[in-house]
Amino acid sequence: MEQNVLRGKAWVFTDDVDTDLIYHNKYLAETDPKKMAQYSFEYYPGKEKFAKEAKPGDFVVAGRNFGTGSSREHAVYCLKELGIPVVLAESFARIYYRNAINNGYPVLFVKGLSDAIKEGKIQDGDELEVNISTGEIKDLTNGHTFHGDAVTDLEKDIMASGGLIEYLKAQAAKK
Amino acid sequence: MGMTFAEKVLGKAAGYAVKAGDVVTVEPHFCMSHDNAAPIAKTFRKIGVPKVWKPDHLVFILDHAIPAPTDEHAVNHKEIREFVEEQGIPHFYDVTSKGGVCHQKMCEEGFALPGLIIIGSDSHTCTYGAYGAFSTGIGRSEMAAAWATGKIWFRVPESLKITVKGKFNKGVSAKDLILKIIGDIKADGADYMSVEFHGPAISEMTLAERMTLCNMGIEMGAKNAVCPPDQKVLDAIRGIEKTNEWEAIWADEDAVYAKELTYDLGELVPCVAKPHTVDNYAPIEEVKGTKIHQAFLGSCTNARIEDLRLAADILKGKEVAVRTIVIPASWRVYRQALDEGLLEIFLDAGCVITNPGCGPCMGNHEGILAPGEACISTANRNFKGRMGNKDSFIYLASPMTVAASALKGEIADPREVL
Repeated sequence: MEQNVLRGKAWVFTDDVDTDLIYHNKYLAETDPKKMAQYSFEYYPGKEKFAKEAKPGDFVVAGRNFGTGSSREHAVYCLKELGIPVVLAESFARIYYRNAINNGYPVLFVKGLSDAIKEGKIQDGDELEVNISTGEIKDLTNGHTFHGDAVTDLEKDIMASGGLIEYLKAQAAKK
Repeated sequence: MGMTFAEKVLGKAAGYAVKAGDVVTVEPHFCMSHDNAAPIAKTFRKIGVPKVWKPDHLVFILDHAIPAPTDEHAVNHKEIREFVEEQGIPHFYDVTSKGGVCHQKMCEEGFALPGLIIIGSDSHTCTYGAYGAFSTGIGRSEMAAAWATGKIWFRVPESLKITVKGKFNKGVSAKDLILKIIGDIKADGADYMSVEFHGPAISEMTLAERMTLCNMGIEMGAKNAVCPPDQKVLDAIRGIEKTNEWEAIWADEDAVYAKELTYDLGELVPCVAKPHTVDNYAPIEEVKGTKIHQAFLGSCTNARIEDLRLAADILKGKEVAVRTIVIPASWRVYRQALDEGLLEIFLDAGCVITNPGCGPCMGNHEGILAPGEACISTANRNFKGRMGNKDSFIYLASPMTVAASALKGEIADPREVL
């Protein structure tokens, strides 16, 4: 299998998953990503055990406006640290999206995902195959396919470096 | 073809004409951080640049948890003080009677100025649009990068034009307008966009009311929100400008918008945002009588002197039925409220007044809820667990609605007590 094709289980979330649901403000003073990971989705009803049960390689799948609310980067760090390789959502809140790119964490905008979730076409535990390069997503459990948008060149450069800070260090080293 | 506010400001900063969709790299005029300056400083050190690009372009304002409620917060604050010292950062607002909520301080200290580009490591940085600034919230890595390089990239946003006319009826205020707008277009209704407020009713509004509107731009997903830099703004900033690089910039008449909306203030009623999303609009009729356990009058959304006056007007000579926490937006507001006798009204009514800061808004301290409890709040977010407990309930409302509800111990219509 190509390196950019990933397989894992889906953890499905609704529209408007806010930053307190992803990573609660109670733990904002935390600075260790390993500890941050343990608090992922602790406040999301029905997904309280996500941090314990999600396996590296599983996917977070959500509807519209994922990461709405606060500018906290913990909401990116915690999922990255857990080994969730990519978040798939119909759309992302602006700051969450920027934080993800700036930390070298891939997110895919996937058309039709919000409705598909509401209609039960993609469900918790479904086996997914995700091609990060093309944005193609196959739900192997129920046969539906989805298409994510490709990222822009600047975003690719930042992510290829591993994040904005690494990118800037590399740029500075070139000079 | 005319240009929007965002196109003009970002084009000026980039040095060439831009249109929505272009990506520009610009130098911000000010970079604001609050208590999260500590982790940002850690990230900054990883970049390997010894000094920040321009120390006087950084502004640090402690507000999220002050005075420090835990040892972690205390350590954060200490690290910030050390960084300020080491880097020679002149604009630092520590835990003193010169401080307050960061967004309030940015406006009252003359950092928020027309036409400036201001970034902040807090999502409500969009507040300064009330003063005609292009201001937006960013994450911590990005802020560390801006300290190091003096640069930030933006995609020039599409714009949403909201024209407001008419006059508020009794008991209705700017908070009711913005909750209605967010209820209509939803939490992602202005995702990535620049929201421009236009119209005669905006001109009529005080800067405090405009700050309430712009503050909540992020709650509909906006990159920034802005009002025209009119005479009221020019009067407010005279003599306090922290830089002379500002310029009153506004959209062209024939600018092109992605979407346009119109609101008539006369059609609005007092309202709330029900738990657990800001776009969960309900007119007061629908929620009247809902039992509450706490009322909170504070936050960067609604704790200015104008807000305190509206609440005091309702509380004067009466007694609250539930614990009511009042937190003025800054010590300047606090003093003014003291001088005007408002603090005495709150004390007589049984309210608890605490030091200016964010207080219980994001569940740090000073008013965390117990399971099953409900709070009516003038803040900007009612996410599940926002006030510290995931089994509690937050209703967002105007200062008048919060005051009226505090008196009854249940959500109440302010028109009935005015």
